[in-house]
Amino acid sequence: MPNMQNEKTPMPLQEGLVRITNFEEVALGYTEEQMINEADRCLHCVNHPCTAGCPVSVMIPDFIQALKQGKIDEAYGIITRTNSFPTICGRVCPQENQCEKNCVRGIRGEAVAIGRLERYVADHHTPVYPEKPQPNGMKVAIVGSGPAGLACAADLAKEGFAVTIYEALHEAGGVLRYGIPEFRLPKRIVDEQLDQLKHLGVAIETNVIIGKTLTMQELEDEGFQAVFIGSGAGLPKFMGIPGETAAGVFSANEVLTRVNLMKAYREDHLTPYYQSNHTIVVGGGNVAMDAARCARRLGKKVTIVYRRSLAEMPARKEEVEHAMDEDITFMTLHNPVEIYKDEKGFVKGVKLEKMELGEPDERGRRSPVPTGEMIDLVCDCVIMALGTSSNPLLVRSEPRLQTNARGCLVVNEEQETTMKNVYAGGDAVSGAATVILALGAGKKAAASIIKALTPNKA
Amino acid sequence: MVEILEARVLNPQITLLKLKAERIAKKVQPGQFVILHQDEKAERIPLTIADSDPQEGTITVIVQAAGESTKRLCALKTGDSIRDVVGPLGQATDFGEAQNICVIGGGVGCAIAYPSAKACHQRGAHVDLIAGFKNESLVILKEEMTAIADEFTLISDDGSTGKQGFVTDALKEKLEQGKKYDLVIAIGPIIMMKMVCKVTEAAGIKTLVSLNPIMIDGTGMCGGCRVTVGGKVKFACVDGPDFDGHQVDFDELMQRNRTYMEDHRCHLEEAK
Repeated sequence: MPNMQNEKTPMPLQEGLVRITNFEEVALGYTEEQMINEADRCLHCVNHPCTAGCPVSVMIPDFIQALKQGKIDEAYGIITRTNSFPTICGRVCPQENQCEKNCVRGIRGEAVAIGRLERYVADHHTPVYPEKPQPNGMKVAIVGSGPAGLACAADLAKEGFAVTIYEALHEAGGVLRYGIPEFRLPKRIVDEQLDQLKHLGVAIETNVIIGKTLTMQELEDEGFQAVFIGSGAGLPKFMGIPGETAAGVFSANEVLTRVNLMKAYREDHLTPYYQSNHTIVVGGGNVAMDAARCARRLGKKVTIVYRRSLAEMPARKEEVEHAMDEDITFMTLHNPVEIYKDEKGFVKGVKLEKMELGEPDERGRRSPVPTGEMIDLVCDCVIMALGTSSNPLLVRSEPRLQTNARGCLVVNEEQETTMKNVYAGGDAVSGAATVILALGAGKKAAASIIKALTPNKA
Repeated sequence: MVEILEARVLNPQITLLKLKAERIAKKVQPGQFVILHQDEKAERIPLTIADSDPQEGTITVIVQAAGESTKRLCALKTGDSIRDVVGPLGQATDFGEAQNICVIGGGVGCAIAYPSAKACHQRGAHVDLIAGFKNESLVILKEEMTAIADEFTLISDDGSTGKQGFVTDALKEKLEQGKKYDLVIAIGPIIMMKMVCKVTEAAGIKTLVSLNPIMIDGTGMCGGCRVTVGGKVKFACVDGPDFDGHQVDFDELMQRNRTYMEDHRCHLEEAK
């Protein structure tokens, strides 16, 4: 008999006011007992709607079945048949909008905690290094080592392609490295995933910017039969309000890069972090939550300012709750219109306009409408987490690559760009989205590349 | 790891590093920069490329010890290595069609003023070079600059070498003597570039400046390097580092460069 408990088995967490004193992982992971309790909630629906909600089609009921029988390694094998990165997805996927959204248990209560079970499998299976496949004699270059590039590399390497990943920064992982904080995704997990890829024979070259250090033409000349571009959407947006260039105003990207990539939170690392007593974070997405939670750990008071209400916040509910547990203040229905600076050019406050909710926009979210009513807030740091747009660096260097009005790369249904044998996926194509959608796009492009370069095999 | 083929102390604060970096050496154009990351714990330090040799696959940077990371770079010796070097970053200097150029360097800025002047010279332009230093002990690249300039003027704040005064004094003197320039390139402390621009704006001479704001990645990702140019916000790493000096908000840049130097925390009780 399945466990008919209506709620998910709670995830053990580091307590809110304890965890703001460290950068250790917040969610501690299920114990074996908790895992069994949760796995028993799965009804094993015949038509497995959860799988349909997964961007990489993990056979969820099958892996949960294996888990119930205590066969963790078998569960791992089932997941990794379609997803090479369960340690990451189990932690950062927005399951509530994907697999768990379709879960039948969600009709009368809470969905099965699929993400937490996936993480359990990934954290507890016996480490196996994949066998290096027989080389097929062809080579593919990958631009960017974020989730899209890593997923594409994994699938191509398994088919015997010689894969080289080029990364602009000094560490690989893209947003997994510089963006998502240690307390949500420990960097040792990213390192482990990179190790897996290296075992498959994937070469990773850091400090190479395609479009600057090497051109697309040079990649062609070096004999790469195909190129996959997963360069992300790296350019931070700002509001364009007065005072935004004051000292003490940062993009969330800058704050996160300082903290996560450069490890500014560690005494023994030299990259500085801006000291503040009251940080305002503008925005309501996951990046805003990450920036606010880093700021909370490194400063004192943190307030998130968002122009809509909590209900419209694009951040995962879990992240919002974690931020609230960490004593972060939420000021919804407010929008900055000016940043005040002192005589030395440093932030000393913000002017906020009160907003109210109007008609739903094209995505069904109610739009914020300005009321004309203003309030002032004293603060010494402002972090803008307004989203990112695509980086023009690569496109500027290669006229054969076409972009749309938003600067995103144009691809066809095979993920191929306007350049022959050049594919793209992830945020560089979609604009800022999620890790799992990037993984899905990387996999899809890998399938297209395999089909195009080894037509006889398919 | 990138090997240091030569580390040469130019003065007590400034060290020249010649690095093996074949791909960068092949691509670099005047005005572009690299980012150095000495080891895992160091900061990423942007430095304009002072010289390059595509045949031997080398680039040269000149570092002034300012903070801890640059002090450690300056202490490196020939044969040591640097964990990461990435580039070339930014846009190349656009010299346009200028035929009469005055290049002005201040302090470590001469490390870049010199190759700029050299590039102008190689394009066949008439190049005057004004180099300013605090005092004699801090002078760098004197012979090199003398060799390529049509007219070389050395200035020091205290008069211990060359003429006593500021680079703006030397520039004004040349203009008063009837020198005609169609381009001025100023590279040095922000305050120096600002003062040079005041002089050239009054004289109606186009002026390029090379900015060195705070940045991390150098590819447009962090936005730390934003500068206001002609009322618009630009990212120095991808849109620059060279800009029309008459359009740059130097005061704001000076303030932003002090971001990590002073404590500006508000009172918690006020932050309701």
